[in-house]
Amino acid sequence: MDLIRLEQITKNYGNPGSDITTHVLKGVTFSIQEGEFLSIMGPSGSGKSTLMHIIGLLDRPTSGKYFLRGEDTSQLSDDQLARLRNKEIGFIFQSFNLLPRISVLENVVLPLSYVGLSQAKEEELALKVIRAVGMEHRINNMPNQLSGGEQQRVAIARAFVNNPSIIFADEPTGNLDSKSGQQVMSILQELNHQGHTVVLVTHESATAEHGTRMIKIHDGKILSDEPIINRLLADREGELGK
Amino acid sequence: MSLQNLKANKLRSFLTMLGIVVGIGSVIVIVSVGAGAQSLIVNQVTSVGSNLVGVLPGKSEKNSPPASIMGIKITTLTFSDAQALAQKNNVPHAVAVSPMVRGYEQISWKNHNNYFNFSGVTDKYIIVQNVAVAKGRFISENEALNMGKSLVLGSQVAEDLFQGQDPIGETVKIKGVSFQVVGVMEKKGSAGFENQDAQVFLPLATAQKMILGINYITVARIKIDDTKNIQPSINDIEALMRARHRIPGPDQDDFTVENSSQAIAALTTITDAIRYFLASIAAMSLVVGGIGIMNIMLVVVNERIKEIGLRQALGATKRDILNQFVLETTVVSLVGGIIGIAGGVSISVLVALIAKKLGYNWDLVISWQSLAVSTSISFLIGLIFGIYPAKKASRLSPMEALRYE
Ligand SMILES: Nc1ncnc2c1ncn2[C@@H]1O[C@H](COP(=O)(O)OP(=O)(O)OP(=O)(O)O)[C@@H](O)[C@H]1O
Ligand SMILES: [Mg+2]
Repeated sequence: MDLIRLEQITKNYGNPGSDITTHVLKGVTFSIQEGEFLSIMGPSGSGKSTLMHIIGLLDRPTSGKYFLRGEDTSQLSDDQLARLRNKEIGFIFQSFNLLPRISVLENVVLPLSYVGLSQAKEEELALKVIRAVGMEHRINNMPNQLSGGEQQRVAIARAFVNNPSIIFADEPTGNLDSKSGQQVMSILQELNHQGHTVVLVTHESATAEHGTRMIKIHDGKILSDEPIINRLLADREGELGK
Repeated sequence: MSLQNLKANKLRSFLTMLGIVVGIGSVIVIVSVGAGAQSLIVNQVTSVGSNLVGVLPGKSEKNSPPASIMGIKITTLTFSDAQALAQKNNVPHAVAVSPMVRGYEQISWKNHNNYFNFSGVTDKYIIVQNVAVAKGRFISENEALNMGKSLVLGSQVAEDLFQGQDPIGETVKIKGVSFQVVGVMEKKGSAGFENQDAQVFLPLATAQKMILGINYITVARIKIDDTKNIQPSINDIEALMRARHRIPGPDQDDFTVENSSQAIAALTTITDAIRYFLASIAAMSLVVGGIGIMNIMLVVVNERIKEIGLRQALGATKRDILNQFVLETTVVSLVGGIIGIAGGVSISVLVALIAKKLGYNWDLVISWQSLAVSTSISFLIGLIFGIYPAKKASRLSPMEALRYE
């Protein structure tokens, strides 16, 4: 069974104060298999983020069908979607989206706080993923005391602390220099290697080439959908500044 | 979880709490001080007794004060008038009648001397004026009627003239007449327009004949048994006085009847107005406090909506979000409310203590209405503006909340 199946997904935005609607997605159909590293590539404004928000269950399509493990997500309530996101999905955003006034550790614990574990268990799990991204020396720091690359590594730790099946990353390297970008891509490849499905959104082909499959999207429509033959492997030397 | 968030946003939590503390505290203090000030004013008047009727010589003109107050000597009121007023069959509801004369003379003891006000009174004075002697006794009826040479000191006179020594049994002189001090009055403070502490009391007849050289009285105060009998008694008094003075109708009256309950009613009206004025200031301070809270909350709405979007993306349900905000604002409002009540009550108590120390007859009044109203309004404001961003964000999809600017 497909992990995710999209059928003729569209998304329109009505502009306030006029009856012109913006058609952002114009009928998108594809599926994602368990264990894939899918890169969605396209120019700015083509609808990549919109598409990712829909697949990530952060937003609902205007029309079309979305099946997650065969289940029609349009039938689910907002709260059921929230629980699905909590269990199945991890997000990495271009702008990190860490809460500014709580520590690294508390940020990583956030998704677990909606699961209902003991505090000791929460911290144990959080420390494990923080160690995996090499940030264990900064657990009590506030996000603004970290560099951009470090903040993104914390955000990645938060994205997989719940052991989700799918990790979504929207331009995760967009705000980083190439070395930090390499570290982030290396962690994503490692997570994919461990069995997490990864969906990466980017406009740079060099970043997209780290995946196993590439969907090119333009003006809300799929241009091509092909496996990546010569997959790039992120520079492990750059990883974690070792 | 939620409380961790409160700690993380210390400044915001503190400012919100401050708005609530100041709002509740100031309402309690303002209302309490207003009520205390009213009690002070009313106590001053009622300490004389609210059931008093005064008979003054001379007719009071509608637009001018009684002639006797203007310093014009009117001789139409006599001791026998007072005796007639005291008879049960004339004024059935009169408890006691206190006829008085007043003057200002030098009083000397050994080589100390000074000028003091004095009142010539009978034994009924302490009943009518609702006062008591602290030491010794008051002037007896026999002394009052038969030119006794006893004298009672007001508390302040006792201090000024005797400077700590026991005055009882000492002899003082007024206009060459020797009096024996038989008592010292309790300290009372100024009541109405008289300062009882700063005067001395002489037997009525002695004051009239030997000191002032007159045979009329300046006022007769009558204590009525119950407030509801004041008006019938005034009618009795007027009828009696007209009969005794052979006056055909009210426009020829040579006397004036006054009533302290009217004065109290007038004062209460004024002090009520002041209280309502203060209460409305308090209400405004609550509104201002509320606007303060509102501002702080609105400033952080955007930031919070992004936070809510993120939490939803990470798996929080709408209920999780709402619970968090309700808990947060409840804790802030509750702690702020408790501090506000504690602070407001302590300041009110402090004001009352200081006022009492300064000798004012000040009641500590903390109305539960002011506690309830200010607490619930502040609580409501805290709750509404704390939950507002959560409600607003829950109408957005997580994606819209995340993108919210
Ligand atoms: N809420 C909205 N209302 C109206 N139009 C919107 C809204 N959100 C997105 N759009 C439009 O949808 C189009 C696609 O936006 P989207 O963010 O998906 O692009 P993108 O491919 O991620 O671009 P980028 O690479 O710059 O991030 C844009 O033209 C944008 O203006
Ligand atoms: Mg985008």
